[in-house]
Amino acid sequence: MGTQVSEVMSQWLNTAPQWILNLPKGLSEFCYKIFKCFIFDDRYMLFVKGLGNTLVITFFALLIGIALGVLVSLVRVTWDKNGLEMRRGPGKFFLWLANFLCKIYLTIIRGTPVVVQILIYYFIIMTSSDKLTTAIVAFGVNSGAYVAEIMRSGIMSIDIGQNEAGRSLGFGYVATMRFIILPQAFKNVLPALANEFIVLLKETAVAGYIGLADLAYAGSIVGGNTYEYLVPLVFGVALVYLILVMFFTWLVGKLERRLRASER
Amino acid sequence: MNDNMLISVLNLKKYYKGGEIKALDGVSADIHKGEVVVVIGPSGSGKSTFLRCLNLLEVPTDGHILFNGTDITDAKTDINVHRQKMGMVFQHFNLFPHMTVLKNMTIGPIKILKKSKDEAEAQAMALLKRVGLEDRASAYPSQLSGGQKQRIAIVRALCMNPDVMLFDEPTSALDPEMVGEVLDVMKQLAREGMTMVVVTHEMGFAREVGSRVIFMDEGKIVEENQPSVIFDSPESDRLKSFLKKVL
Repeated sequence: MGTQVSEVMSQWLNTAPQWILNLPKGLSEFCYKIFKCFIFDDRYMLFVKGLGNTLVITFFALLIGIALGVLVSLVRVTWDKNGLEMRRGPGKFFLWLANFLCKIYLTIIRGTPVVVQILIYYFIIMTSSDKLTTAIVAFGVNSGAYVAEIMRSGIMSIDIGQNEAGRSLGFGYVATMRFIILPQAFKNVLPALANEFIVLLKETAVAGYIGLADLAYAGSIVGGNTYEYLVPLVFGVALVYLILVMFFTWLVGKLERRLRASER
Repeated sequence: MNDNMLISVLNLKKYYKGGEIKALDGVSADIHKGEVVVVIGPSGSGKSTFLRCLNLLEVPTDGHILFNGTDITDAKTDINVHRQKMGMVFQHFNLFPHMTVLKNMTIGPIKILKKSKDEAEAQAMALLKRVGLEDRASAYPSQLSGGQKQRIAIVRALCMNPDVMLFDEPTSALDPEMVGEVLDVMKQLAREGMTMVVVTHEMGFAREVGSRVIFMDEGKIVEENQPSVIFDSPESDRLKSFLKKVL
């Protein structure tokens, strides 16, 4: 280990501009730590690749989550609103069954920690898939449960008159949902969805449990190699998450304002 | 059945809570083409339920509704097809708040009737002009007054070229000074020969425009006649006491 420290140190002394070495001791030491954690041995690439993985997992998990969430919420709402009044028959049974399965899904996903879920996927369900796919599926299926409940609350919040107006124009149930109810519901739940997205982005940090090199994983690897924890964890990981979240919050705010244009 | 018949209601029943509440208790009525049928009655009399059953927004417990000769209460009937021909106007307007006025009016014709955007918009603009709101085409519902909203709701229904227009207390949620503008549109519509079924508390409208008035109470039709007879020489005590309170 001693040789490595001196190797970092000698490279630092060779490459650092003189004025940095001449800074007060605390500052120049801090610059040395930055060098050691990010520049030496191209360690920044660990963070870049980790960030890439984090974003890829989040993006595809979000797509799965929204698709799954909308589907599950529609089944739940359709059963809750119409199920009991439906005529007996295969249609009613099928909807009852779908609703029942959705409820089981929601209960299990929301009732167990996501870390446990991803470990189960990795070691039991998806043993032959690569880690990235496993993580995407695990987080997507997890997020879907929360999106489903968010969407359900959005759909329930739309006045029954909107449904009646759509149906009385001659739209079927599905078309009324698609053109009239869902666009309004989506607008109403956008803040909650944005929150779920932010939670998802940060939650992917547990992907390290299956050895997937995401952003947080990069921080702990570099920390372990350098015995420097503050710089990689605070500046390499926490700050990047924070900037990402602030950026997406700003983006969603813009979208929200655009969708709300009709209410002014 | 004669050719002039548009809607024929046979012994319609609507029960809630397994028969505990009888919103409609055996209602039969005929609506002919070009007629303006006004339904009046105290609140809870079943008049709104009756109207909402006509396009199956409420599914009747028993009885039949023949529309253009088709039994729409039959489970095999595709109600969506028949609803296109029955325009409905609600007490609370129910405009789509996320769409402009023009989009509110054209979404039905474009998506359901498969009209071209240009054709649907031209028709919508012509209708907007008729109700004096052509300058609000690009406004959102929240930017309109109650009277304007209801006029838009009427022309939105007209965009589907319906055979009959159903009005469910169209002026009840309006400020008094906006009632007139909505009634004017409805009167114009009646003069043009539109078949209308109107549930309302506007007795002046019923008397002036109605070709027939139906008085309902406790889920039944109590009296049914020309407006002049209903208002000037009512027969039943229930109608007499009702008119005494509202006139």
